[in-house]
Amino acid sequence: MTEFLQQLLNGLSLGAIYALIALGYTMVYGVLRFINFAHADVFMVGAFAGYYLGQFLPEDTLWGGSIVLIGAMAASAALGMTIERLAYRPLRNAPTLNVLITAIGVSLLLQYSGQVFFGAAPRTFPPVLPSRNFEIGTLTLSSNQLVVIGVAIALVVALQFIVFRTKMGTAMRAVSLNPKAAQLVGVNNNVVITFTFALGSALAGAGGILYSLNYPSIDPLMGVMPGLKAFVAAILGGIGNIPGAALGGLLLGTVETFVAGSQYSTYKDAIAFAILIIILLFRPAGLLGRFTAEKV
Amino acid sequence: MPRPHLLLLLGFAFAAGISALSDRIDPYFLDVMTGIGINVILAVSLNLVNGHTGQFSLGHAGFMAVGAYLSAAVTVFLGPRLLGDEPGLVAQNAIFLAALVAGGLSAAFAGLLVGIPSLRLKGDYLALVTLGFGEIIRVIFQNVEVLGGALGLNGIPYYTNIFWVIGFVVLTIFVIICVVNSTYGRGFIATHDDEIASEAIGLNTTRYKIVAFVIGAFFAGIAGGLYGHFKMTITPTGFDFTKSIEIVVMVILGGMGNTIGVVLAAVLLTLLPEVLRPIAEYRMILYSFMLIVLMILRPQGLFNFKFGKTRF
Repeated sequence: MTEFLQQLLNGLSLGAIYALIALGYTMVYGVLRFINFAHADVFMVGAFAGYYLGQFLPEDTLWGGSIVLIGAMAASAALGMTIERLAYRPLRNAPTLNVLITAIGVSLLLQYSGQVFFGAAPRTFPPVLPSRNFEIGTLTLSSNQLVVIGVAIALVVALQFIVFRTKMGTAMRAVSLNPKAAQLVGVNNNVVITFTFALGSALAGAGGILYSLNYPSIDPLMGVMPGLKAFVAAILGGIGNIPGAALGGLLLGTVETFVAGSQYSTYKDAIAFAILIIILLFRPAGLLGRFTAEKV
Repeated sequence: MPRPHLLLLLGFAFAAGISALSDRIDPYFLDVMTGIGINVILAVSLNLVNGHTGQFSLGHAGFMAVGAYLSAAVTVFLGPRLLGDEPGLVAQNAIFLAALVAGGLSAAFAGLLVGIPSLRLKGDYLALVTLGFGEIIRVIFQNVEVLGGALGLNGIPYYTNIFWVIGFVVLTIFVIICVVNSTYGRGFIATHDDEIASEAIGLNTTRYKIVAFVIGAFFAGIAGGLYGHFKMTITPTGFDFTKSIEIVVMVILGGMGNTIGVVLAAVLLTLLPEVLRPIAEYRMILYSFMLIVLMILRPQGLFNFKFGKTRF
């Protein structure tokens, strides 16, 4: 029983990170209808921004950790907006496949630039937050895990507020529903899309910091696998659906942790895709997605 | 294509000619040509699925892995038993051909298994499910201890020569062009152009998609076999989704559904890293940067020119 709870906690903290990255995928898909492959590398850049910022700040302090988190989110948001402006906006009316390949190109560009500028060797992420372990009965809670879950919940609540309670959020939902009609009623689509990228990338940056707190070895290719899993999580929940992405992330993180702790641990990377395939075969629009009939 | 069969024979003659001269050609040049040939086979076969039939698949490297492992298993485990320790040249090539066909057929079977459930899905979902199957195939090979597990399979005999590579490139292009231009093959293009309309006139689009998928997987398996017997060692990580993406990029850059364009793109993209070798660490940055710029400036693909009425 203890082991079960322990694994559940580990799974939830991994799932919370997947959920944060998945939200970025799902929001960009919502407004632009394409898979932003470069998102996983924004996550990586977020972690490195935190790494460099951490060099100037005292370790083991709450305010230092917060500055690292906010700085990494700001850097990622800036990067996301730049990518959108330079690479995706010229292709706004191009077929989806071209945008997809451009996204892959941006992803490769960030990975290879990272290998040249940051160095290909893994680095140790500084312990920017004070880390304690709490014992509840036989259960061990590490403060980093709690921080991950707490920050993720706070960010998802903030996102929910932005999307459903603010004017910009209403505009985002309008663009997602019908870009042309949104433009007709006076929404500036470019501003909304830039804002969406900033928001999604900031979440990925936060995810990068939280991931590095728990797995403190960072390298320029660190984004590939979490990015792929988060993407699976976004589809799992129904792409374009914000609560769905959060749910998919948590589900995937938990299942993966349990598989990694069992005798089938070498199959852990395959299990994410196996779940995805099974769910898509029975619910082709994802867990929370709504199926739309194709109109001729 | 006026006389495809004649061109096929010419292609085989060319392959035999090059192979007769191969002693006098720089080995580095031969290696690069082998790499190009394998990529051409992969790109042209994926083009049948992604280009002609319009089903976006991101799992081609998975089928390549099936072909590579199965054909390597034939030559490594069965080969010595059938041929003894000192096989002759003819016997070697015969077992290699059998291994390649076995690899291709098993990849085609894998394609059938993957295709039947996943081709009900469309667009991004299909892309993701094929990606998922590709990764699952890779993880399975990582866990099969007989085939080397995560360390990969070593000691594969060096059977791939320039004759087999060019021969199979010619054969692949011939088969794909003939299939697409046949009466049956119009169904692939109809599925690509308008799926709902094709269904309305009574085409079984799902079947066309699966057939395209299986043919594509077969040639990917052949390419995998050639690759394994060229590198002499294969690891599961060599067939991850980066490899699939690499092939997809060739197809899109060449212009979807344009066989000649795809061949040119495969040649160009294989040569590019070789040409950029002097600038070492910056070459991949340049490569990805060029990819972005090309997509923005030539969204229809680099080589997508229309040659009169013929459709390759």
